[in-house]
Amino acid sequence: MSVSATLKYMVNVNIIGKTALGWQRRRAEHSTFSSSKWRTDILSEPLRIGARTKELISLHYLAGRYANGHRPVAWVTSGGPVEILQALGYYVLYPENHGALCGARRAVVDISTEAENAGYSRDICSYARTDIGSVLSGKTPVGKLPKPDLLLACTNICQTVLHWYRVLADHFNVPLILIDTPFVYDEAPDHAIKFVRRQLEDSIPVSEQVAGKTLEYKKLQEVLQLSKDATELWLEIMGRGKQHPAPLSVFDQFIHMAPIVEMRGLKTTVDFYSQLLKELDERISKGIGALKKERKRLLWDNLPIWYRLRYLSEYLAERGIAVVASTYTNAWGELAPLINVDKPLDSMARTYLYPILNKGTKYKLNTMRRMVEDFDLNGVILHSDRSCKPYSIGQVDQRNRLIKEYNIPALLLEADHDDPRAYAEEQVASRLAAFMEMLED
Amino acid sequence: MEEVKALGIDVGSTTVKLTAVDAQGKLIWHHLEGADPRVEDQVDHFFNLMREHGFDGKELPMVATGYGRNLVEQAEKKVTEITCHATGVYNQLGHGGTLVDIGGQDSKVIIIGENSQVVDFAMNDKCAAGTGRFLENTAGRLRVPLDRMGVEALSAAEEVAISSTCTVFAESEIISMIAHGVEVNPILKGLHRSLILRIVAMIRSVGLVPPLMLSGGVVKNPAIREMITQELGEQVTMPEYPQLMGAYGAALIALKNSNRA
Ligand code: SF4
Repeated sequence: MSVSATLKYMVNVNIIGKTALGWQRRRAEHSTFSSSKWRTDILSEPLRIGARTKELISLHYLAGRYANGHRPVAWVTSGGPVEILQALGYYVLYPENHGALCGARRAVVDISTEAENAGYSRDICSYARTDIGSVLSGKTPVGKLPKPDLLLACTNICQTVLHWYRVLADHFNVPLILIDTPFVYDEAPDHAIKFVRRQLEDSIPVSEQVAGKTLEYKKLQEVLQLSKDATELWLEIMGRGKQHPAPLSVFDQFIHMAPIVEMRGLKTTVDFYSQLLKELDERISKGIGALKKERKRLLWDNLPIWYRLRYLSEYLAERGIAVVASTYTNAWGELAPLINVDKPLDSMARTYLYPILNKGTKYKLNTMRRMVEDFDLNGVILHSDRSCKPYSIGQVDQRNRLIKEYNIPALLLEADHDDPRAYAEEQVASRLAAFMEMLED
Repeated sequence: MEEVKALGIDVGSTTVKLTAVDAQGKLIWHHLEGADPRVEDQVDHFFNLMREHGFDGKELPMVATGYGRNLVEQAEKKVTEITCHATGVYNQLGHGGTLVDIGGQDSKVIIIGENSQVVDFAMNDKCAAGTGRFLENTAGRLRVPLDRMGVEALSAAEEVAISSTCTVFAESEIISMIAHGVEVNPILKGLHRSLILRIVAMIRSVGLVPPLMLSGGVVKNPAIREMITQELGEQVTMPEYPQLMGAYGAALIALKNSNRA
């Protein structure tokens, strides 16, 4: 670690960045809302927490820009066990979150083309292409990404990450920690938990060596507690969607989920979600919904369509359709009860084995059914995501069973979470419109 | 002619259809022509036509459907082809079941319930495989007139397999077959098979609820009807004007709404 890098980090992040971004946020919080772009005829004013979300994300990427040389940097998959790294003081970057941001800013085609030109097929997940394209070209809407000193890939979301991170390891010539999580059909057998635990143990000396310090058990527990607190809050926040009208939509959830993914284990994240929960409770007490007029309520399955979030949210809101829950955002909350601070490694092994993508398709079907009941929903939109094979596999059967066995209307919508070239707006609109008419019958 | 009470217009990707119904919802007049990219002008021209036929369309309730539906300003309501086809076919045939509509750029499978309501539906993927455009393009390559395709295909004793479902790739596949001396009719039969298999997969994805019904311009082609029956082992029924069912359904919805008002 270098003194000049530390100095630069202190000045640019801790002094200038924090002050400027904090000031920006306060100004946004205190000004009355007005935006010519926001459809106030159909949507309630945006959540006030938005100013804080913006501040947190900007600060996160700003810290990233100055991290090299000051703090160890790790790039991690979204389902990766991050607590050990957080406890060792790593700056943690999630290429998938960065990919989502590129999607929302409509930068994916440009960046992904860099990877495609280098020979990466368009059949590969668009997050991977965006990340590799960004690495090869340096293009990113956030200015600059820090180089990793360590990579951590966990296969609990897909096998793509394994190959993707091998590419990164090769490119950056840094160690890659691989946490292999066997697929779980019903309950994870003991040997699977032991197997993952063992890999977590093995990851500690590598992470310590790169960071140049020793892991403190107490610190790990602290981080794990913060992780658990934030995850529980997130679960509670999503649960508020059960209210009629729902105080937040999944489109709000998609925007405000960034901290639970990329800032798990930090105190600021816990504070952030406490504040969001408070705001939602205020909305509920005043009977304010995300939509001005909520007529029907739906569930969303799979990743968001990042580059068309606003369009979809308005298209549905215009017709009084509130999408109030999703299996995707739920995945970042449903594991909260598994985290046990008294048994850090055991409970981490279990938690990281159980994400929805590491479980059978039956589990997903049951989750959808349960959510339809719990949230009092009228139907389900299943986004068939060309990129994300593990999330999309089984959707045709799931859709049919929702309809035939449980009498729940369901629509399959083909698109891609990040790549607009695999999305046809006219077709999407006509399917959605037909589905809406069907719900009216 | 009985008194026209409501109108339905279906602005599709290849053709535009206009229908008029009487107070009982009977189809009493219709008009069909190729789609003009300037939808507004075409609609104006339709209103002139109606005047020539002795009624003023502008005074009548009208519902628009099809891809260009949002461009029809005169329509009081825009309804998707799914709902309109279901309504039209149900009223013509008098029962629900599985409706397969093969259009120029879109194919759909619609499960219609006992009260004409849409229970479920599926549409082709984002590309034109499994739609009329697939046959149209490839027929052009083979220089066979569209209205002869089905008959020619059925007359072939042999059939060659076309492996590509992509319209563009199928074209190059055909070119290479012809270069290798393969006869035209077996290729035609293979092309129909390829289209039908796409449609059958779509039917299977929602689950067939008999009886099986067909609509859309493409189903006038006899090979389509025969091959669907072969593949599914189900007889098919068709309304009198398969191509007009979207516009007819739209007119019925306009009529129902005006009665309600
Ligand atoms: S394939 Fe799916 S789970 Fe894997 S990185 Fe892409 S979006 Fe994430």
